[in-house]
Amino acid sequence: MDEFIQEFLIEGSELLDQLDRDFVEFEKNPNSKELVAQIFRAIHTLKGTSGTIGLKKIESVNHVGESILSRVREGRLELNAQIISVLLSMVDVDRQLLATLESTGEEGDLDCTAVVQSLNAILVQQDAPEPEAAPPAPLLGHILLQQGVVSEGAVADAVEHQANGDPRLIGEILVQNGAAPQMAIHDALQSQSESREDPVNSNIRVDVNLLDKVMNLVGELVLARNQILQFTSHQKDPTFLNTAQRLNLITTELQEGVMKTRMQPIGNVWNKFPRIVRDLANSSGKLVRLEMEGAQTELDKTIIEAIKDPLTHIIRNSLDHGIEAPDERQAAGKRTQGLLFLRAFHEGGKVNIEISDDGAGLDLDAIRAKAVERGILTAQNAARMTDREIASLIFTAGFSTAKKVTNISGRGVGMDVVKTNIEKIGGTVDISSVRGHGATLKIKIPLTLAIIPALIVTSGGERFAIPQVSLVELVRLEGKAAETGIERIQEAAVYRLRGNLLPIVYLNRELKLAANVNGAGEEAINIVVLQADGRQFGLIVDEINDTEEIVVKPLSKQLKGVACFAGATIMGDGKVALILDIVGLAQIASLAGESHDHSADTARDDSAQAAGKAESWLLFRVGDRGKLAVPLSMVSRLEEFDPAAVEFSGNRQVVQYRGEIMPLVCIAEALHLPAQAVREGPMQVVVHSEGGHSVGLVVDEILDIIDQNVSVTRSSGDACLLGSAVIHQHVTDLLNVPELVMSMASEGRIA
Amino acid sequence: MSATPQQFCTFFIQGLMYGVEVKTVQEVIRHQEMTSVPLAPHVVAGLINLRGQIVTAIDLRRRLGVGDRREGELPTNVVVRTSDGAVSLLVDEIGDVVEVEEKDFEDAPDTLASTSRELIRGVYKLNNELLLVLDTQRSVNISASAGESGPGTH
Repeated sequence: MDEFIQEFLIEGSELLDQLDRDFVEFEKNPNSKELVAQIFRAIHTLKGTSGTIGLKKIESVNHVGESILSRVREGRLELNAQIISVLLSMVDVDRQLLATLESTGEEGDLDCTAVVQSLNAILVQQDAPEPEAAPPAPLLGHILLQQGVVSEGAVADAVEHQANGDPRLIGEILVQNGAAPQMAIHDALQSQSESREDPVNSNIRVDVNLLDKVMNLVGELVLARNQILQFTSHQKDPTFLNTAQRLNLITTELQEGVMKTRMQPIGNVWNKFPRIVRDLANSSGKLVRLEMEGAQTELDKTIIEAIKDPLTHIIRNSLDHGIEAPDERQAAGKRTQGLLFLRAFHEGGKVNIEISDDGAGLDLDAIRAKAVERGILTAQNAARMTDREIASLIFTAGFSTAKKVTNISGRGVGMDVVKTNIEKIGGTVDISSVRGHGATLKIKIPLTLAIIPALIVTSGGERFAIPQVSLVELVRLEGKAAETGIERIQEAAVYRLRGNLLPIVYLNRELKLAANVNGAGEEAINIVVLQADGRQFGLIVDEINDTEEIVVKPLSKQLKGVACFAGATIMGDGKVALILDIVGLAQIASLAGESHDHSADTARDDSAQAAGKAESWLLFRVGDRGKLAVPLSMVSRLEEFDPAAVEFSGNRQVVQYRGEIMPLVCIAEALHLPAQAVREGPMQVVVHSEGGHSVGLVVDEILDIIDQNVSVTRSSGDACLLGSAVIHQHVTDLLNVPELVMSMASEGRIA
Repeated sequence: MSATPQQFCTFFIQGLMYGVEVKTVQEVIRHQEMTSVPLAPHVVAGLINLRGQIVTAIDLRRRLGVGDRREGELPTNVVVRTSDGAVSLLVDEIGDVVEVEEKDFEDAPDTLASTSRELIRGVYKLNNELLLVLDTQRSVNISASAGESGPGTH
C-alpha cells in the first residue's frame, strides 16, 4: 500500500478518536473556544491530507464539516446536541471510509450523500449575526483556572500586577503570592507549551517489537549491573568503583527511559468511553455522568491493548444493566443522572482498575435462581454460597440474567469473555455489589515486563522480594522489645505501632517454611510494615537484606494458583527469588479477606465468617472423654517426653527442651476436666511457641490432623475455649491456646 | 501420522525409559540450582534460571507418582517447549535420541496405574526395551486437580 495512505490511516484514526472525545467534551463545556479550535483543526487536517493524496470522498465529506466548524469558530453558528450528533455521524462515516481504505487500499463506494446532506442542511440554516473575536491562545491563567488550582481573584490580581508594570511572569507572581504551588504552575506551563508544540515534530513512531527487544536487553543489563554492584563490595580500586557507580546511574536512567517508552496512560483507552457512554445513554434514554480518576496511571502498552475490549464491555454492561432509567431512579430516591466511575491506580506492583456505577446492583436472588435453573448449581449449594460467590457467577460462560436481550448486552457471552481476557494477561476480576446501590468491578493487572524497586528479605533460608510500593516502613525489635513487643489477641498476633495495633503475619508460617534456619536475628524481630488493599500489616521475616531493582518475570501457568507470589526475579548472583504478592499474602493470612471488603457483605454474621475459614486442626484427647482441637498454626511441634524427665521449678512442672526450660501445662487440669486415671508410656506434649518461648501442653492422646471448615458455636463457659464445633461427628471443644497460656501465666503457673 | 520414522529424546525415571518427541525439546542441561516455591503443588520442584529466563521445573518422579529420588541423586533438566513457554522436566538420567517406527507403536496397557496412563500416550517396542511416550502437555498441566494429593484423578 502507498506509504502516504498508510500514514494517513494512522493519523486519521487518531484524529477521529480525538474528535469523538472533543465532541463529547464540548457538550459538557459548550463555551470552550479551545475545543472548537481543536475540533476545527482535526477536521481541517483530515480534509487537507485526504485531498492531497487524492481521497476525494473523505475530502468532500470533511469539507462540509469544516465549513460548519469554521462558522462555529467565528461565532456565526452555535453547536447544539443535534449538530454534534450529525458531526459525530460524519466521524463514523469517516471511520468506515478509513476501514475500507485500510482493507482494500481504496475509498470504496460507500454512500455518503446522506451525511453530506444533513451536514449541508445545517449550513443552510440561519447564520448567527455577530461574529465574535477569534479564539485566544490558551493563557496560563485559564489553564490554572480550569484545573481549579487557583481562584479567579488570584489570577485577576496577578494580571493587574502585570498591568501595573510588574515585570514578573504570571506564574511567578502566583507562586510568590502563595496563590498556587510551584508544581501546579510547572504542570500548567507544560500543558501550555504542549498545546503550542507541533505534535508532528516532537513524536516519532517506533515498532513495538523493537521496543520489546530494547526492553529485554535493558532487563539483562540491569541484572548484569546488579552483579557488578555486588562485586564492588570486595573491591578497592577507586577507578573501578567510580566506573561501577557511573554504570549504575546510567543503567538506572536508561531503564527508566526505556520503561517510559512502553508506558501509556490508561487515559488512552478511556478516551473513547465518553463517546460510547454518550451514545448508549442517548439510545437507551438514560442519563449518565462518566467520571474518571487516575487517567494518567501508566500501563505497559501490551496491557493497554489487552484491556481495551474487556473494559468497553464492562462499561456497556454497567450502562445497560446497572444504571436504571431516570424515572426508575427517581422512584428509588436517587438522582436521575446515574454515575459511572472509572478509577485506576497502582497498588502492590499491580494496576488496579475499578469500574463502579450507582445503579441497581446485582440481583443476587435472580442470579441464584438462574444458576439453579441452568443446572450450574444445585439449590442446596446455591443457598449455601456467599453473596460474593453468587456475584462471581456472572463470570460463568453463558450466564445472563438480563430480562431482555438488548443489542448492547445480555446475551450471556460477555462477562466470561471479559474474565478470560483479563486472566490471559495474568489479571483478576472481582465484582461486588449492593442491591439498589450499584456494583463495582475491580480488575487487577500485574505489571509484566516491568522493573521495580524491591526490598529483599530472607525467611527460612529463602530470599523474597517485596515490591517497594507496598512497603511502608521497617521496624526492628531488639532485646526486651523483641520478647514482649508482639502481643496476642486470641490467635492473632499484633504489635503496637505508635499506639495503633498492627496485625502481624509470620512469613515463615504463611509460606510453611522452616523456622529461622541460621538462627540469625533470633534475639531481634524484623517487622516489615506493608500496605495491602488499603490496610496495613506487619510481616515478620528472618532478615532484611537490601533494596534492589528487580526485573519482574511472570510465573508459569503451573504456579498461577499460588496467590502469594506476584512473579519471580533473577538476583545478582544468578539465583531465582520469588516476588511476594502482598495482597495475596494478606489474603492467605486472612487479613484482607472478603469480610473486610468495603462493599456488599457487611451484614454477614460472625458464624459465617468463622465458617469461611478453612483451617487445619490438631485433634487430641484429654481425660477419658474430652475431645479437643487446636488450630495447627498454634502448634510448633508434637513431642513425647518420658514422665521421668519432668522436673519442678518452684511448684511448676517443667522439662528441659532444646536447651531451654519449658513449662508444662496439663490441659485436663487447666480446664478442670477429669484426668485420665493412670497413663503408661511417654507423655504426649503439644509444643506451642510464642516470641521465642515455648509452652508444653500435656494431652493424653494425639488423634488426628484435619483440614476442615469449622463452624464455631460459642460456648458461654471457659475463656480458654474458643467454642465448640462438630468435627468427625463429635462435638469438639476448640482450645484457645494464647488465652490458656496467658491465664496460666497470670496464675503464676508458668513464667 | 506418517510413515517417516519419528525421533524421540529418551530419558530414565526409576529405571524405565521414557521419551518425548525431539522437536519439543529445547535443550537438556545438567542439574541446576533451584529455588523452591512455597505452597506450590508438590510436583513443582522449583524455579531455575535458564540464561535470564525463569523456568518452572516439574519433577517427573512426583508427577508420575513413583516416589522421590534418593538423597544426593541429582536430576537432569529436560527443557521442553509447551504452549505456555518452556518448562523443565526433572528426570533421573538422560538417554539417547532414538528413531522409532509407527509399526512398533502400541497403546499403553490398561493395567498401568491411572496416573501413568494419563500421561503416557503409548509404547514403542524397541529391540531391548520399551519406550514410553510421555505426553508433554499433560505432564506440565498440573493446574487442574493434580496437586499435592497426587495427580491424575479427573
